[in-house]
Amino acid sequence: MPDGVVIVGGGQAGFQAAASLRAEGYQEPITLIGDEPHPPYQRPPLSKAFVLGKQNQDQILLRPETYYRDHQIRWIPGERTMAIETCEHRVRLRGGAAIPYDSLVLALGARNRTLPLPGVAYLRTLAEAIEIKQRLEQANDVVIIGGGFIGLEIAASARTLGKSVTVVEVLPRLMARVVAPVVSDFFYRAHVSRGVEVLLNTRVREIRGGDAVLEDGSRRHGDLVVVGVGIVPNTELAAEAGLPVANGICVDEWLRTADERIYAIGDCAVYPSAYARSRVRLESVQNAVDQAVAVAKAIAGKGAPYRAVPWFWSDQFDLRLQMAGLPAGHDQMVVRGEPESGKFSVFYFRQGRLCAVDSVNRPADHLAARKLIASGAPVNPQQAADESFSLKIS
Amino acid sequence: MPKINYISHQGDHYEIDVPVGESVMEGAVRNGIDGIVAECGGSCLCATCHVYVDEKFLALLPPIDEAQDAMLDSTACERRSNSRLSCQIQVRPELDGLIVRMPEYQK
Repeated sequence: MPDGVVIVGGGQAGFQAAASLRAEGYQEPITLIGDEPHPPYQRPPLSKAFVLGKQNQDQILLRPETYYRDHQIRWIPGERTMAIETCEHRVRLRGGAAIPYDSLVLALGARNRTLPLPGVAYLRTLAEAIEIKQRLEQANDVVIIGGGFIGLEIAASARTLGKSVTVVEVLPRLMARVVAPVVSDFFYRAHVSRGVEVLLNTRVREIRGGDAVLEDGSRRHGDLVVVGVGIVPNTELAAEAGLPVANGICVDEWLRTADERIYAIGDCAVYPSAYARSRVRLESVQNAVDQAVAVAKAIAGKGAPYRAVPWFWSDQFDLRLQMAGLPAGHDQMVVRGEPESGKFSVFYFRQGRLCAVDSVNRPADHLAARKLIASGAPVNPQQAADESFSLKIS
Repeated sequence: MPKINYISHQGDHYEIDVPVGESVMEGAVRNGIDGIVAECGGSCLCATCHVYVDEKFLALLPPIDEAQDAMLDSTACERRSNSRLSCQIQVRPELDGLIVRMPEYQK
């Protein structure tokens, strides 16, 4: 009897791999092993609708628990995978059981980068979101360490709940790793104008007596201090099995590791992107879902090199930030629309070719950008900046 | 509770009770109906919850906003005049009996 596919990791990528295998007509056994107790759920709402109380635990499940049984997906919750025994083609669980595979999909995700500060909260899992939600209900003053997507989304939620909020960012601008300076400046003003205190170029030295102590000695009281300073990919399982790892589990454009039976997808995988000059590791729903679909097709015998255009989003207050493509290596930037109007996009060019677009409350620009970047259709900086020039391609 | 009728591309019919305030997309996903993918979870970002709304209910739906209009231009199956993203249809008592048809594929 065939052993089928074993998927390690019950996040969005792992779930999607299982669901897409069945959608592709794959008939062999599928085992989905997750280390959390809940059925696979969506992470994006955790920092927004979930902590705001607009969506509950059941509402963020990717599928109801019955889905797995109905689709003959063997779902193993709350179980840690300890080892991949590559020669025997099986994984070893903490409880000692061995599960054999014909193909293995590593959707191991990532974990929060931590800081040596006592009593702080982090947000990655549903359990952590439940804790933050409960602590927010009691809190008046909230300190957020880290001015990236997660930090700013939590800041916006906490402020919406009427809390006094301070964001502390070590770099000179917000979301510096991922957006253009004009977008950082826009979001700085947006948060400040809604009553969030934003401290740039600032580091938290220690937590003392419920206060975050800054490097200059000043203090901010935090009934709740949340740290959002990035994530670390979970690569240990792969490394210990002898698979190449470099800030992620290395895969080729078919998302295969050095072992032809083993794939890696989502936050934990580093792959050669057609839209970058180097290997990339992307942390996004789009990347998790599209790579899962690609691997499912490959296992079902309908594979093709992975070529999806990366896209990302972040909702903060009533603002929607959307990003398409990868700006690394860009040498020119133009702005379409007026930042003062609250609706604008930034177009990045690399050697004259459009490589990425950041959009604020301009969904049509974002969609057009995805298509332009995917197709390689020519658009020049003058056209991109000219609002009378249509970006739509059919 | 309003009943929403989902009809698959193959013609399978599912009648589902969907609470007021939930979206037509959520009603499908929470009942495990294949044919609506909803990879972005209802944020109007992915166009994988595309449905064709039965003509006699169209007038009861809110107008298509800019974000949905842009997404509808990116559906995997053809956009028609009755195309909507089911995550953008909030169930109300008046929508009892709503019929939506799911396209052949969403991605």
